[in-house]
Amino acid sequence: MIRLLNLVDIGLAAEGKPILHDLNLHVLPGEIHAILGVNGCGKSTLASVIMGLSGFSPTSGKVVFQGEEITDLSISGRAKRGITLAWQEPARFEGLTVREYLTLGRHGSPGGGPSPEECLLTVGLPPERYLQRTVDATLSGGERKRVELASVLSMSPRLSILDEPDSGIDALSLNRILDAVRMLAKNGASVLLITHQNEIAASADRASSLCDGTILRTGDPLAIGRFFENHCRECPHGSTPSGEVLLHG
Amino acid sequence: MGDYSKEFLAMSEAYEAGGGDPAYLSDGRIAGLMVSHRKILRCNDAPGVHIEGEETPTGVKARITVDPGAHVENPVHLCFGVLPKEGTQEIVSEFLVGEGAKARFLAHCVFPNAVKVRHVMDARIHVGKHAGLEYTETHYHGEEGGVEVLPTARITIDEGGTYRSLFKLVQGAAGELRIDYEADIGKDATCELDARVYGKRNDAIRVKESLFLNGEKSRGLAKSRIVASDHCVSEVVGEAVGNAPGARGHVDCVEIVKGKDARASAVPRLLVIDDRAKLTHEAAIGSVDKKQVETLMARGLTEEESVDVVVRGILR
Repeated sequence: MIRLLNLVDIGLAAEGKPILHDLNLHVLPGEIHAILGVNGCGKSTLASVIMGLSGFSPTSGKVVFQGEEITDLSISGRAKRGITLAWQEPARFEGLTVREYLTLGRHGSPGGGPSPEECLLTVGLPPERYLQRTVDATLSGGERKRVELASVLSMSPRLSILDEPDSGIDALSLNRILDAVRMLAKNGASVLLITHQNEIAASADRASSLCDGTILRTGDPLAIGRFFENHCRECPHGSTPSGEVLLHG
Repeated sequence: MGDYSKEFLAMSEAYEAGGGDPAYLSDGRIAGLMVSHRKILRCNDAPGVHIEGEETPTGVKARITVDPGAHVENPVHLCFGVLPKEGTQEIVSEFLVGEGAKARFLAHCVFPNAVKVRHVMDARIHVGKHAGLEYTETHYHGEEGGVEVLPTARITIDEGGTYRSLFKLVQGAAGELRIDYEADIGKDATCELDARVYGKRNDAIRVKESLFLNGEKSRGLAKSRIVASDHCVSEVVGEAVGNAPGARGHVDCVEIVKGKDARASAVPRLLVIDDRAKLTHEAAIGSVDKKQVETLMARGLTEEESVDVVVRGILR
């Protein structure tokens, strides 16, 4: 099958210290692909590399999207090709209403995405209560995360990178987050779902475990989840697991 | 008053260009004062609001009174302007809001053709016991930057009263702007001073907002949002003095610097005299936040468009 996103031998170092190395990963069209990893293993760095954020240019390897190398493409250029990112801790904006924020999201969508109302309903926020709110500190952390996800929905992207969409979200709202992920997939988008929760990763079609800046293995989410539980939770992350673990884990 | 119909029309057009609705200026049910240079073009009372205006050699003296207990339905519309390229306008005003009264004022200051215009606003504002006043002042300047704007306000808020002001100068060149507001805040009273300015070219901006929290459990916020671009120089002084038990004051300043030749500084001054008062401040000065810009770029906006959205948001 044609790969929507292909990361080839990605390496990234900061101040001489490798953050990502020899990282190979591909995402298929329409699939939900979970990245499982503990804190500090490079998950958010991986998201930043794919989105092309400043300071996250790979020191080696290449990023290929729909067959085109985009390693040196700007953030806007990637967004216009259908890639977007929901930050783990989204930025706040004074004076920008939720409606405006969600409408900006449609800017990057060639066909125009779903309406702001639909997007908010999907993430469980009543439009009549939220559209005129400002995307600033008056929104709680959980509300802001859901608005972020709604803005991704509004773009109708081809690839959504969701960086820990479950963090800071109460248990009751988690299903709404998963609804949003499913809606993205239903609309034909691929989703790169970055998490350290097995329960979230279980909703994916495939999963990869990320350890110490590289992908250890990729496969069925439940199998990867078991591997993660058995070998990564307690892993000191000074190094990758031994060859034996990789072989038989 | 003489026949100023042409001037009234010209001022109305400038008022509209500055974001005002000129229909309000000729609506007899709405209280208002319109001053073109040193001439009073309109001075209209409404139930509960009385406006006295007097032309002076340098401008206009005005006294605006809101009756005790009056809840003024429509905002009082004020319009001050200088249409010629040169001129000085001094407005000396007194606002008296009676006990328990509630009113909103919308002021527009228009200097669309200014090359060498000086506008001085010297206001004394008294908000009575449990009264409320909201005062929004929007400026519309031309692009020449030849305006000197000197708004000064001395505000007194009695027990339980509320005063909120918003000063906006985001259209046209700011020119030389020196805001100097001081509020004496009484027991259980609240004061919010908010200034938003977009400085360009060689504009020089100085905003000084001072809160004197003199009453028990008084509350104050001095907020400023400045964007300094091109060769603009901006300085914000946010001052709070906690002088009573339970008083709470906060100084909140954001200045965005666009371009290598613009300069911005912030000086918070907090003085606690009563040890049961609490004062806080926050200031952020620098370029537009990178994460905000990248978030918007990840939605498909260019970098320039993203910066523009952030800037417009903070000045809104």
